Amino acid sequence: MSGKRIGVFVCHCGNNIAGTVDVAQVASVMAAEDGVVCTSDHAYMCSDPGQNAVIAAIKENALDGVVVSCCSPNLHERTFRENAKAAGLNAFDCEIANIREQCAWVHRDPGEATEKAIRISRVAVRRLGRNRALDAIAIGVTRRVLVVGAGIAGIQASLDLAAAGLEVVLVERQATIGGRMMGLSETFPTLDCSQCVLSPRMVEVARHPRITLMVSSEVEKVSGYVGNFQVRIRRQAAYVDPDLCKLCDDCAQVCPVVAPNEYELGLSARRAIFMPYPQAIPATYTLDAASCLGLNPVVCGKCRDVCEAGAIAYDRKPETVVEQVGAVVVATGFDLYGQQQLGEYGLGAIEDVLDGLQFERLCSASGPTKGKILRPSDHRAPKDVVFIQCVGSRDPARHCAWCSKICCMYTAKHAKLFKHQVPDGRAYVFYIDIRSGGKGYEEFVQGVMEEDEVMYLRGRVSRVYQDGDKVRVFGTDTLSGQNVEIAADLVVLALAMQPSAGTAAIAKTLKISRDKDGFLAEAHPKLRPVESVTAGVFLAGTAQGPKDIPETVAQASAAAAKAIGLLSQPQLSHAPTVAAVRSRLCTGCRMCVDTCPYDAIRLVNGKAVVTDVLCEGCGSCVTSCLRAAIQVKNSTPLQMKEMIEAVLRV
Amino acid sequence: MSEDPKTTYEPRIIAFLCKWCSSAGSDLAGVSRIQYPANATPITVPCSGSVSPQYILTAFRKGADGVLVSGCHLGDCHYLEGNYLARRKLFLVKELLEFIGLEPERFRMSWVSAAEGAKFAQVITDFVADLRPLGPQDKLQGQRP
Ligand SMILES: Cc1cc2nc3c(=O)[nH]c(=O)nc-3n(C[C@H](O)[C@H](O)[C@H](O)COP(=O)(O)OP(=O)(O)OC[C@H]3O[C@@H](n4cnc5c(N)ncnc54)[C@H](O)[C@@H]3O)c2cc1C
Ligand code: SF4
Ligand code: SF4
Repeated sequence: MSGKRIGVFVCHCGNNIAGTVDVAQVASVMAAEDGVVCTSDHAYMCSDPGQNAVIAAIKENALDGVVVSCCSPNLHERTFRENAKAAGLNAFDCEIANIREQCAWVHRDPGEATEKAIRISRVAVRRLGRNRALDAIAIGVTRRVLVVGAGIAGIQASLDLAAAGLEVVLVERQATIGGRMMGLSETFPTLDCSQCVLSPRMVEVARHPRITLMVSSEVEKVSGYVGNFQVRIRRQAAYVDPDLCKLCDDCAQVCPVVAPNEYELGLSARRAIFMPYPQAIPATYTLDAASCLGLNPVVCGKCRDVCEAGAIAYDRKPETVVEQVGAVVVATGFDLYGQQQLGEYGLGAIEDVLDGLQFERLCSASGPTKGKILRPSDHRAPKDVVFIQCVGSRDPARHCAWCSKICCMYTAKHAKLFKHQVPDGRAYVFYIDIRSGGKGYEEFVQGVMEEDEVMYLRGRVSRVYQDGDKVRVFGTDTLSGQNVEIAADLVVLALAMQPSAGTAAIAKTLKISRDKDGFLAEAHPKLRPVESVTAGVFLAGTAQGPKDIPETVAQASAAAAKAIGLLSQPQLSHAPTVAAVRSRLCTGCRMCVDTCPYDAIRLVNGKAVVTDVLCEGCGSCVTSCLRAAIQVKNSTPLQMKEMIEAVLRV
Repeated sequence: MSEDPKTTYEPRIIAFLCKWCSSAGSDLAGVSRIQYPANATPITVPCSGSVSPQYILTAFRKGADGVLVSGCHLGDCHYLEGNYLARRKLFLVKELLEFIGLEPERFRMSWVSAAEGAKFAQVITDFVADLRPLGPQDKLQGQRP
């Protein structure tokens, strides 16, 4: 049929194949197959002698191609294709017939298994018969990386990448970098101040010559492929010029607008022009167009008039920039679980019921209360505080099935910080069980229970309601079997961690998948934990799953290392099994253009043309073309037909 | 003949398996040594979305008793949306088969991930069991397109 001289090598795999399949029979039937000029069988084809036998046979018999009937191509296709190359052939002059996983291991009857092994081997021979020699397509590499999200994960990844000499474009949605860690007070288990560890890193990012920082920005579109992505980024209008702003606060003093401060999680108010945090990076005031009276000097214009530095202009426009990068690190972080679904805990309805991040702000020296724990309703120091763990977590029936992993630890920390400030106060923790895996974590929780005398109550809370100036909490202590009722001054909920809204958005833009809970999906849960399935896109931090700061930082460094490894190659290679158009047959109907999920096809002079490096060889276009004008190399309709015939031949 | 051909007939099946999910799922069935009937011969394809209706018709013309197309779960396609494409297109194949008078049960689609070795084995086992009573397929065998 194809005129190629083909050799077939059948592996016993010890007894793994030979125990069920009559290997000699397969070899002898294959010897009669059209095009096959030599066959042999071997105890272990993948052993050194086995591989040498393949190479020697190719040379001795002047073979044009070999079929190895053995285990799954996932295991040894590469091995035997290297052998083919070593003997002077092309990688595609070797095909694997999987007669182990798909045959010997799943069938007991030797007769049936042998018949099937013959059919599988025939299919491989027919595929090989029409294979063309193809070489991997070399692609150039852009040695720059896009990092999306500037929480601690994005910051760490950017600094590592920049330290390795790569250029980094760091894109952050908000007006300052730092993410959630910026809002934390002290951190478990060492109680070191969050901002003291984070701020120097943030300053380093801002000053680093190889890091381009873009805040108030979002990635709009990503095209291209590993090593060569084009990224379109949209930056909101910067009404305050950060280079001119002197941080004098004159503008905020005259601004007539009062709005809830989102960076303080609504615990304090701000002006329409304000600084997110005193340590914000970039260090500049920022004008929130949504709350400003209209960016119109006729209406207000007070801040612009008062700014001596001339930093404010109302007519600045959003900007769109396009960057070229070779890899992407996604570090878009987490949100707390949707508060509106948690009515039974009174969140949002009762003023003195807070979430964990709000409590962090109350403890923070730079927070709205300057670090004094005061309850929002009357600014009094609370005496009885109830902390409720697993709010939304571990509740597959109604909320999130997963464990948010960090809440046991930060709740213990919160109780400790409270007891340190209010030694005669009482802290209660409702919990399901305590998960404190981590260096020094268990000891930390034990200390909170014993030295700080925090009351740990094992059980769920059934009701929380306002009663005069108290918040009444009903629950059960399942250890003593008693119902518990506490008249609390403040209630703090450890809400589940969920992937941030920005994570859902970027996953769509980058076309990377998310797991059943919405966190970014890794390419392999054990062996490729920081890679997405899309080549060149890496994952870091809580966008991939709940984790604390040390784990976030470790994962960010790992993602950076993977990107560095990728981009340190002089060239990348792309599989050559791409689609090709037979122009003579193409009518320019565009069906394939519209079908291709990778935008790899264009019309040039009325004919479809495939951009090789964009094509992933999925074959979607092949089935869309009514003229059979487009084919994927080495998976052609002719090959398919001959393989089908090979199976059904009697 | 004393045996009932409806329970002993061994159907010949072509199974188009996508390289990323179902083929890997069949590998896992192997590694887990889950037994299933030997009637289906796999042909690996890049994506279920690359299986042209033409291939299915060819298989029937050449005498296949059943054709299976198995790909990744919807939403999990390695190629983003190839399997949605497959589903839409292959649904039409089913209607076409019915139109030309072939039992539509002879054509089946399934979604088997790389982690679903047991499911793969089950898909083949069920398909074989459902095809047996239909006996040999002679409606399209030998027909020109
Ligand atoms: C109450 C509480 C207390 C905690 N206490 C501790 C502690 O004591 N010790 C400890 O180790 N850990 C603690 N943690 C955990 C810690 O906060 C996280 O591990 C850490 O902040 C995660 O960092 P990240 O960079 O992954 O995410 P984030 O901090 O969420 O950063 C993500 C960044 O990405 C940005 N972003 C999102 N989407 C986009 C987009 N589409 N485009 C551009 N930018 C985007 C966000 O604006 C944000 O700046 C605590 C968590 C909580 C909730
Ligand atoms: S579908 Fe076929 S005929 Fe139409 S443009 Fe693409 S290759 Fe040309
Ligand atoms: S094979 Fe897939 S990726 Fe390549 S051009 Fe066709 S549809 Fe696009």
